[in-house]
Amino acid sequence: MSAPGTSAPGMSAPGRVEDRSRPGGRRRRRSAERQMVPDAQFTSYYGRPVVKASPWTEDIPGYLFLGGLAGGSALLGAGADLTGRPALRRTARLGAAGAITASLGLLVHDLGRPSRFLNMLRVAKPTSPMSVGTWILTAFGPAAGVAAAGELAGLLPRPLRRLVGAVDRPAGLAAAALGPAVAAYTAVLIADTATPSWHEAHRELPFVFAGSAAVAAGGLGMLGAPVGQAGPARRLAVGGALLELAASQRMESSMGIAAEPLHEGRAGTLMKASKALTGLGTLGTLLARRDRRVAAASGIALLAGSACTRFGIFYAGQASARDPKYTVVPQRERLEARRP
Amino acid sequence: MSNQLYGPTEHVAADAGWQGGQPRLGFFTDTSVCIGCKACEVACKEWNEVPEDGLNLLGSSYDNTGALGASTWRHVAFVEQPRQLGSQDSGLAEAAAGTRSDFRWLMESDVCKHCTHAACLDVCPTGSLFRTEFGTVVVQDDICNGCGYCVPACPFGVIDRREGGKAVKNNGLAQKCTLCYDRIGAGMTPACAQACPTQSIQFGDLDELRARAEERQRALHASGVTEARLYLDDPDDGIGGGGAMFLLLDEPEVYGLPPDPVVTTRDLPAMWKRAALAGVALAAGAVAAFLGGRA
Repeated sequence: MSAPGTSAPGMSAPGRVEDRSRPGGRRRRRSAERQMVPDAQFTSYYGRPVVKASPWTEDIPGYLFLGGLAGGSALLGAGADLTGRPALRRTARLGAAGAITASLGLLVHDLGRPSRFLNMLRVAKPTSPMSVGTWILTAFGPAAGVAAAGELAGLLPRPLRRLVGAVDRPAGLAAAALGPAVAAYTAVLIADTATPSWHEAHRELPFVFAGSAAVAAGGLGMLGAPVGQAGPARRLAVGGALLELAASQRMESSMGIAAEPLHEGRAGTLMKASKALTGLGTLGTLLARRDRRVAAASGIALLAGSACTRFGIFYAGQASARDPKYTVVPQRERLEARRP
Repeated sequence: MSNQLYGPTEHVAADAGWQGGQPRLGFFTDTSVCIGCKACEVACKEWNEVPEDGLNLLGSSYDNTGALGASTWRHVAFVEQPRQLGSQDSGLAEAAAGTRSDFRWLMESDVCKHCTHAACLDVCPTGSLFRTEFGTVVVQDDICNGCGYCVPACPFGVIDRREGGKAVKNNGLAQKCTLCYDRIGAGMTPACAQACPTQSIQFGDLDELRARAEERQRALHASGVTEARLYLDDPDDGIGGGGAMFLLLDEPEVYGLPPDPVVTTRDLPAMWKRAALAGVALAAGAVAAFLGGRA
């Protein structure tokens, strides 16, 4: 173990960015492509992190996925309602309401004091993406719920049935109007942090998440609706996959070294799985218009691909916060560039 | 909603809506006179009833505290370097056979920076974190619901969620230095500064502290300690200057501090614009999916 700060940056011998104050060093080599970036030298305090990783558990990437699924499904549900596709409408509306209910459960569960979740509604703060998101969900949840109730009208007592029958379409349209916000704001939520691999992705992450939401919602539509009605779901999935792919490529090239954690460890595995599953599901859409089983399999692959994207980006951020390299090196480079 | 997200701010309390023109209070930590006694750590724990958070031997010089966190509001860093401090002679040149020719020991008492533009405060969704009339940043324990958003938002890794089970005070809540809000409200000095035996930790009006810090830096430079530098003293830096500033004897990262911290909310307006565009793209894609095909 070497002592920290044994020399000021610029004085130490040039070397890899490896954190030598941590026993064992890195577990993985970086890919050949990444090694073309010249290695910077940096100093840290006993290899300890500078910023703190979020205390969030798997609840949060689970929420990122379900929020995208809910937002995208609300759009599909309203479209299916307006164009006379009852089976697609049913799948999408129930999916939107189910996903948003589950995600609210995850969000409350992740709080340090779940009993105080209503404190979120004390204020409305544009500087807090979590506050903005809370208000978006507060409006979206009931709208998606009423639209879904329209699908279950048969189970309701008669007076309520008539009421629900009158309001489910407006509610579904309201949910659809809020759906894109539900799907995209979560990118701002995680990018508005000092976590290197989240913050450095802030330019393209909303597009990655919007694309991923379309992939998930399209996948659910293909899984739940007969092929004759699932055309819009297939097209939404393909469009989403293309957007996600293009935005991801651009994002990684604009992130500097903060892109590395997306290729390493658990995050790397998940991001690879995401590309494979989304690719497979997208190919499947070509055959899915004839075969319900292919459609269902493709739908599952697309849903899983979208989940992998969210979990992968979540874990990459956590890893980037735990390694001081991703905080110190870009900041040091910034300082050196400013130095006259 | 005129709150400034970035750049120099003359009156930070007034920007947050306070009237009355209280001077901004803060810390100047002069690490060149820190002796590593950790009286600040102890005084802080005692006064603020901060629970014990691990009694470990970390193998990092005399630092067995580790880092700032939910239950560590002052942290003394210890760095051993084979270098001279100014023109001081360590007397080790003959004593050690080649392994150690020079030696200096850096010690630094770290604390919440009470940023002019505080990311923790900006992102807090409950309003629990607030700007006091003294320009400091404080968590209200009875409001915080432990969402944890402030933890990754802080560019210094200061604030954290306290974990330790139901028996622990304020379990599950975000916790950090309050700059002894209760003490300074009564005209007293924060516990850490009060306990510091060498005046390494100085408390007072921020403008006066800044002048004192500059004077100290000049004096050190004049006496040959040319590596002395100020940290977070500049209102033009990425956080609009700190409510706690430091005199360091090496680069900030040597002490575990970020060399060029920037409040993440600087980019928030741009992020909202990008998210709006992405949302429009998603909506347009959905419309196209319904209009665009035969099936």
